[in-house]
Amino acid sequence: MVEFLQFTLSGIVFGMVYAAIALSLVLIWRGTRLLNFAQGGMAMLTTYVAIEVIYKTHSYWAGFVVALVAGLVLGAICELTVVRPTTGKPELNAVIVTIGLLILIEGLAGILFGGQYRSFPAAFSITGIKVGGTPIGVSPFDVFVAAAVLVTTLALAVVFRYTSAGLRMRAAAFNPTIARLSGIRVARVLTVGWALAGLLGALAGVLVSPSTFLYPNSMDTIFVFGFTAAVIGGLDSPVGAVVGGLLLGVALSYAGGYLGSNVTVLFALGILVAVLMVRPDGLFAGARMRRV
Amino acid sequence: MSSEANGDGPDRAGAAGKSASLTVDGLVAGYGEVVALDGVTVTADAAGITAVLGANGAGKTTLLRAVSGMIRPRRGRIMLADHDVAGRSPEQIVRAGIAHVPEGQGVIPELTVEENLRIGTMSWRHQRGRADRAAALEEAYTRFKPLADRRRKLASTLSGGERQMLVIARALLARPRVLLLDEPSLGLAPRVMAQVMDLVVRLSREHGLTIVLVEQNARGALAIADHGVVLNLGRVVASADASTLAADVALRHHYLGF
Repeated sequence: MVEFLQFTLSGIVFGMVYAAIALSLVLIWRGTRLLNFAQGGMAMLTTYVAIEVIYKTHSYWAGFVVALVAGLVLGAICELTVVRPTTGKPELNAVIVTIGLLILIEGLAGILFGGQYRSFPAAFSITGIKVGGTPIGVSPFDVFVAAAVLVTTLALAVVFRYTSAGLRMRAAAFNPTIARLSGIRVARVLTVGWALAGLLGALAGVLVSPSTFLYPNSMDTIFVFGFTAAVIGGLDSPVGAVVGGLLLGVALSYAGGYLGSNVTVLFALGILVAVLMVRPDGLFAGARMRRV
Repeated sequence: MSSEANGDGPDRAGAAGKSASLTVDGLVAGYGEVVALDGVTVTADAAGITAVLGANGAGKTTLLRAVSGMIRPRRGRIMLADHDVAGRSPEQIVRAGIAHVPEGQGVIPELTVEENLRIGTMSWRHQRGRADRAAALEEAYTRFKPLADRRRKLASTLSGGERQMLVIARALLARPRVLLLDEPSLGLAPRVMAQVMDLVVRLSREHGLTIVLVEQNARGALAIADHGVVLNLGRVVASADASTLAADVALRHHYLGF
């Protein structure tokens, strides 16, 4: 019973990280109908930026903030320089370009920072919290991880729901033609969407790296989990992405805990295949078919 | 609109509120290899209703798409009063004062009625305040009462007539001088269709809006239009007073099907 609680809570924490990646993929998917395969690579690069800043300044928070800003900037740059030129070309072009971008970023990280595993500091203690002498499976840092993703997600939700900028982004995502005819600069909105996705990726990278070490491929697995979470949620739904992340986090935690940690990736891929076979539009899709 | 008289229009101080004519001159446009408009010249008089008629594939919708910037003209001029807007983006053209209501499904069903309307103010300059926008929305609700009752509802819950009302209200919020309407009566019940046509007449007569009306329903369009233009295979085959066109039996049989 204690074990079950531990697995559940730590699953929720990892699930929040998957949710952040899933949300970043959903942001870009809704705007451009494009799956950004470079999302994990971009997150990895900004995490390297964070670790360099932390070593130079000896301040975790300086690195944290710089990573988020770097994520925003990197997202915007990738959209403007790499993705924008594929506008109006066959859809596959953009997909291939993001895969190329991933290879480029991972190669670049290897050249700049080396290929060795580096440990990434945590903002708070990573010793498990105990309740009445029993460890509950999460540390103060884990609480911070969950809270950081939650706060960021809620902030984004408020921006999307209640601000003019958010309405512009939703209008551009739902119907770019109407948006442009109404005077919304859709191209600019897409750049902002990529920037926000870059920020979410950077957040996920900084939060997960204390548990995974940092190396040029360190976010590949996290990307697959984030993608799976996004597919569970239907790729179109921000709420679905978060719920999908949490469901996947908990499921993988049980799988890792009860079956052994070497089955988690296989288990995630199994879930991905199962969702695509049974509900290809995700658990949160309405009756409406996905527009392609 | 009367409220335009005090300089409400976006990015066009000086000319604000004045009716403007739209002249398309020698316009060539198409999709890829296909030439859909082959040297079209049309003048829509200021504060008048100009009906653009013709069979499917005649180039009516392409004409509106080229004027609003959705497709880039290959040749020709698009004069709004005395400014050539040809080659500009849709975002710029709506700011210049031309609003385009595209055919069918012009609402965004995933957004609420109010959000759909707010999109209409997105072309305004940023320094214009929240209060101005709120006042403009209230004005729209006053004119379009049924929308006021459903402002928090998703646009997907509206009837066909209410949706058409919503897209026209949204286009008007951009404070245009020229309104391009593509098949506004498509799929509406006859009674609702008549209401929409009444609205179009009022917009031109009472508010001085220049209207370009594309219609399959040629009889109905000519009944309210001042001027008519008939397109066939991307060329203008007739251009005359609406009453003259409506009286031309041969033309009606040949191109207009009534």
